[in-house]
Amino acid sequence: MSNTVEEIKTESGRNRNWIGVIWEQYSVLFALLVLVVFASVLSEYFLTVANITNILRQVSIVGILSLGMTFVIILGGIDLSVGSVLALSGTVVMAAQVNYASSIPVSILLGLLAGLLLGLVNGLLITYGKITAFIATLAMMTIARSLALYYADAGAISGMNSAYAKIGNNYALGIPIPVIIFAVMVFLSYVVLEKTVFGRHIYAVGGNTQAARLSAIPVFRVTILSYMICGLTAAIGSVIETSRLNSVSTSTSGNMYELDAIAAVIIGGASLAGGKGRILGTLFGVLILGVLSNVMNLLNISPYLQGVVKGVIIVAAVLLQRRE
Amino acid sequence: MTVLEMKDVSKSFLGVKALHKVRFDLKKGEVHALVGENGAGKSTLMKIIAGIHQPDEGEILLHGKPVALSSPTVSQRHGIAIIHQELNLVPGMSVAENIFLGREPKKRGVFSDFKFMVSETRKLLERFELILDPKATVGKLSIGEQQIVEIAKAMSMNAEVLIMDEPTAVLEERESRKLFELIQQFKSKGVSIVYISHRLNELKGFCDRLTVLRDGHYVNTLPMDGLSERDIANMMVGRELSDLYPARRRQPGEEILRVEQLTLKSHFQDVSFSVRRGEIVGFAGLIGAGRTELARTVFGDWQPERGQIYWKGRKADFRDPLSAVSAGIALATEDRKQSGLFLEMSVTNNISVTTPRKISKWNFVRRHAENRLVAEFIGKLNVKVKKPSRPVKHLSGGNQQKVVLAKWMAAESELFILDEPTRGIDVGAKREIYERIAELAEEGKGIIVISSELPELLGLCDRIIVMHHGKITGELDHAAANEQNVMALATGL
Repeated sequence: MSNTVEEIKTESGRNRNWIGVIWEQYSVLFALLVLVVFASVLSEYFLTVANITNILRQVSIVGILSLGMTFVIILGGIDLSVGSVLALSGTVVMAAQVNYASSIPVSILLGLLAGLLLGLVNGLLITYGKITAFIATLAMMTIARSLALYYADAGAISGMNSAYAKIGNNYALGIPIPVIIFAVMVFLSYVVLEKTVFGRHIYAVGGNTQAARLSAIPVFRVTILSYMICGLTAAIGSVIETSRLNSVSTSTSGNMYELDAIAAVIIGGASLAGGKGRILGTLFGVLILGVLSNVMNLLNISPYLQGVVKGVIIVAAVLLQRRE
Repeated sequence: MTVLEMKDVSKSFLGVKALHKVRFDLKKGEVHALVGENGAGKSTLMKIIAGIHQPDEGEILLHGKPVALSSPTVSQRHGIAIIHQELNLVPGMSVAENIFLGREPKKRGVFSDFKFMVSETRKLLERFELILDPKATVGKLSIGEQQIVEIAKAMSMNAEVLIMDEPTAVLEERESRKLFELIQQFKSKGVSIVYISHRLNELKGFCDRLTVLRDGHYVNTLPMDGLSERDIANMMVGRELSDLYPARRRQPGEEILRVEQLTLKSHFQDVSFSVRRGEIVGFAGLIGAGRTELARTVFGDWQPERGQIYWKGRKADFRDPLSAVSAGIALATEDRKQSGLFLEMSVTNNISVTTPRKISKWNFVRRHAENRLVAEFIGKLNVKVKKPSRPVKHLSGGNQQKVVLAKWMAAESELFILDEPTRGIDVGAKREIYERIAELAEEGKGIIVISSELPELLGLCDRIIVMHHGKITGELDHAAANEQNVMALATGL
């Protein structure tokens, strides 16, 4: 009896969903390809090596932030603090070099530690403090930014060591170093989310927190680690950001990056309700936003109008992915 | 004359087929009983008539003409009214206001005309000889009177088809009799009534025909005359019930769990009991007796205020489910969708979630080991699934419950706490689950079964502990327990 029920379902389910499954998995990639085709028709400069390299370098910082954001969004949370954490980590890196004469590796290490620590605080507030992620990270957003502003009197800290600027500006094998860092981070994030037990647990907690707790998943540990990963990606982003100009601007660095990162993750198919999302989806989401703003610049569309297009794309992406 | 006819109507929810080519017809002025076990599809069928659900396939004819009942409003306009199990009234409003809710008569186009509503309501109530004050506040009426308000509301829309979904479930004897009189009256005025009920004994008096559904399939439609209660029950179940429970071939061994004076004031007080290896212990009681909360506490999800748990003879203090699971305790919750499964995740991931160590090395999942483990338990439990990589939400309730059991068997648990292990699943799957539970006991696992289905506890358990209002009121072993003495303890008599 139940046998026939299940069989009928899987049969009809498969036939009906064949296109659906492909669409579900690859709709973002498809959208990106359509966008690239349009762009290359509209501007002959678009498909040049120089321009593509330029796009990739431009998206690398928000791209790395989006990876960490993917973790916490799949978890069913959100991290509004990444832009400010980037600014504070960047301040730590530059201050270590300028005011404490740290070597470059030590200063970077301190910056990454700062990111991890701020992520840890977010995680503790959300788990043991039982504060919703939105509120906890909103508080962290204003606190981290404020600390950075206070330290530098809302100004900039500029480095003297030109070797540091190489990270953001040099090439390896003809590829900008930020792009290489981004690629490595995509790979690592993919492996952690898709191939490890920890990654499984993130999907499980995001999908059904109660069932996760009752299935002996260490919900608090998974949550805290995810926010630490998110903080770490913000700190890695800060290293690239500050080395581009060999300087950190405490008032503007990382401003609104959290919103771009969230947008990229959502365009990539994740759901703010949690339990759903893919690293590759996020990667395509990042690229869509990057290509879009590049094309609009090439076509001389007013930057004031570009936000409209971005907003429409976010809404369209969510509508297209809403199935069932 | 046929008022309503449904042909080959099918409907599925999230992959579970609730109705399978079901037919149904309703004649003018008849009372048509619709019966079937839980999950047979009665309510789904009626919700399709009421326009709440749309059928996946099939045809609905009203007075011989095909109609699309695309929403409750459309259905209402066609003269179909439904009285749900749960009443839909605004408690703070008067009878008249409730009857005209959403279509209030207007004075000068703006103000609602309370006087007119009251006079219309009075006329309506008089027509059906109902004794109610139109100005009375609904929240202060008895449940039976509130139901009459619902019925009056339906009649005020000139319904020719009235669907009643288990109307007597909440009524007292006297109120029920009143309702039956009312139904006779409607009938004589040409209203057709679909009457859904579990209580077979009450159908005899006033129903003309009866349709039986079983597991979403149409079984038969027969005139009520000459049918015995037993005939109806057999059609509903479709098999003899005696072979539903497995034979008892087990020998209880040493004690595995002992609970002493466990107390969580708002839910249960001074609860003491023990479970031995190879023993199935049932927990009977009414809703709110504290059984589920007790299970959650033993499992470490809630902390007791007082009392002690002994696990394998040693004091145990489970801080959270994680430590209870590591010790070897499993809890299958009463609501598998809310708290048992990850619906969007694959069957594979749902089964392997409790055994991360067996399927990974350095935290990396080893797909082969995982697939082998999952295939083993899918086989053992006979989970009907073609591709374990598909989301578990597409499985039927019975197969989902098997997945829940599989994940705890994979974890090599030694004590299984099963809260309502067969809720909402069909008879075939129930029987398989009973067999697995019996096998686990034979292997020397301890089993606790919490269930609100008394026959299940009586058929399956070696011992039944009965709770009432958070306290254990008695303990009966298999030979001594019967429906009467368990019920007496459960109701605190």
